[in-house]
Amino acid sequence: MATLILASGAIITIGPMPITIIEVYCTILDKFVPGIFSIESMINTVVWQIRLPRVAGAISVGLGLGICGCVMQAVLKNPLASPFTLGISSGANFGVSLAAVFGITILGGPYFLIGNAFVFALLCSGVIIGLSGLKGATSETMVLAGIALNYLFQAMNQLFSYIASDEQRDVMRIWGMGSIGGLNWNSIMVIAVVSMICLPLLYSKAWDLNLMTVGDEAATSMGVNAGHVRIFVLVVSSLLVAALVAFVGVIGFIGLVAPHVARLILGSDHRYIIPAAGGLGAILFLFADVIAMNLFSPSTIPTGTVMSVIGVPFFLYLILRGRRKEYWS
Amino acid sequence: MIVKLSVKGLHFSYGSAEILRDVNLDIRDGQVVSIVGPNGSGKSTLIKCIDRILNPSKGEVIVDRQKVSGMKQMELARMIAYVPQNSLRVFPNTVFDVVLMGRRPHLGWREEARDEQKVWEVLGLLGIEDLALSLFTELSGGQQQKVLIARALAQETGVILLDEPTSNLDVWHQIDVMEILRTLVRSQDLTAIIAIHDLNTAARYSDTIIMMKGGKIFAAGRPEDVLTSENLAAVYGIHARVRNYDDIPHVIPLKQIPRKRGRV
Ligand SMILES: Nc1ncnc2c1ncn2[C@@H]1O[C@H](COP(=O)(O)OP(=O)(O)OP(=O)(O)O)[C@@H](O)[C@H]1O
Ligand SMILES: [Mg+2]
Repeated sequence: MATLILASGAIITIGPMPITIIEVYCTILDKFVPGIFSIESMINTVVWQIRLPRVAGAISVGLGLGICGCVMQAVLKNPLASPFTLGISSGANFGVSLAAVFGITILGGPYFLIGNAFVFALLCSGVIIGLSGLKGATSETMVLAGIALNYLFQAMNQLFSYIASDEQRDVMRIWGMGSIGGLNWNSIMVIAVVSMICLPLLYSKAWDLNLMTVGDEAATSMGVNAGHVRIFVLVVSSLLVAALVAFVGVIGFIGLVAPHVARLILGSDHRYIIPAAGGLGAILFLFADVIAMNLFSPSTIPTGTVMSVIGVPFFLYLILRGRRKEYWS
Repeated sequence: MIVKLSVKGLHFSYGSAEILRDVNLDIRDGQVVSIVGPNGSGKSTLIKCIDRILNPSKGEVIVDRQKVSGMKQMELARMIAYVPQNSLRVFPNTVFDVVLMGRRPHLGWREEARDEQKVWEVLGLLGIEDLALSLFTELSGGQQQKVLIARALAQETGVILLDEPTSNLDVWHQIDVMEILRTLVRSQDLTAIIAIHDLNTAARYSDTIIMMKGGKIFAAGRPEDVLTSENLAAVYGIHARVRNYDDIPHVIPLKQIPRKRGRV
């Protein structure tokens, strides 16, 4: 937590406009206790309107995706499960393409892209959850269905980009790469509220998730209604994921890697690894975003892209090292 | 006689295939009960129905005079423990964590010193303290089976169901597990219900043997009454000789009875 605050402070200072870390904290404090410090209005604007929303956005999105990935892996008993591999992100992406290319929208107004993304993300997880309600659908079936949907939506997106105009294609491309540049205080508020409802609900199932990692039948015999917990967790986490990807686009990888790193460090108790996956997700995302903002400064590259480029080699290194026993204990 | 567990008119089907047909049982407390029968005769299914892992289509299971169907999951978990034949091994849990899971029905959010003590106690009882910090996923099949038994014992229930608990164990550990179970049953009024293939082990350690065939109870009673040449011929389709050693029936299988044409 302290690391997070310090890192955020430091990160706000980095950017096209030079600001010192002291100035950053002064600017933030000034908002709450006005009149102590003299702040240049230019710095004030940059900190409050550009840098801070980005940092807050990165933290809340990383947190949410990390935790959702963690609980999804546990209920589906599959280390490959994540919001991305289950097709939820691609579903949202498909919703955006529909809106961009055909103008088919679910919500009107300025939020039509977001509305579409949200609805299609939910649709996708709805199919997966519906499957689990069917008798005899195992968690393997659900993961396979998610992966299949992922392919389907990706193919549809590619199809759309053929028929789209250049302008439409740009909308789709930017969204598809995932970026938190578009976040403002309003959208962050929405994300924060949804997170504050969903995350405690997910965390309250930590013990049940522990038991479910050894199998549904054993979990049932130890007092956990495995079927109900699975559906509950999937519904709550897909709501949150849908809200997140609707605002920031396709961000793969973080929901996969953050839980694994948490497991590598802390073992298998979800009472600890759920918060850890969230914290790691936030930190990873924050750093990916700094790189995204500053690597080719002054132009910024999509955070999702950076995430995968730097994250994948790191992740591969970890899982190869992680097979050593001492790493786990 | 105190009836610990009774099963009344139990039916179970997977889809349209009826697996259990009208199973009735009364089991006293402080007994070791073995369920024997050929592959696919419904032993595992019966055990899962008793612990409500599967929901029977008809009939009732009653533990301590309470209907299982009306109980909360956690309540049931404090009365019946279940040892599956094997366990999922996707995520790396330490042996200690796996056994601690058995304490779940007794604790709130945090485990207390008492729970950890109980875990060490059952690990000690089964002689696997030295495995406590190893990863469950990296144990041999037999070691895993002992850990799962430890987990069920940590659950501190009156009834413990075991699905082939000795199938992966060497002779020494088979005797070890059966002795531990029998001792616990005697000393703590536990009731153990064990699905098992080894007829001689069953005969040696059980008070009651239930013999199943095609989803029905074919015979039930004391080992010497159930394990007879006639029953073995009818249920398993084998010629066998049954000899008594120290008053315990001992089955010596001889050969298969040739099957009639047309039967699968
Ligand atoms: N998940 C399932 N779906 C459909 N049928 C099943 C399922 N599990 C078991 N069965 C059927 O139920 C019957 C009884 O199975 P069960 O596992 O209870 O047998 P068992 O007596 O434990 O056999 P074994 O000695 O091989 O363990 C079998 O005919 C089997 O084909
Ligand atoms: Mg079986």
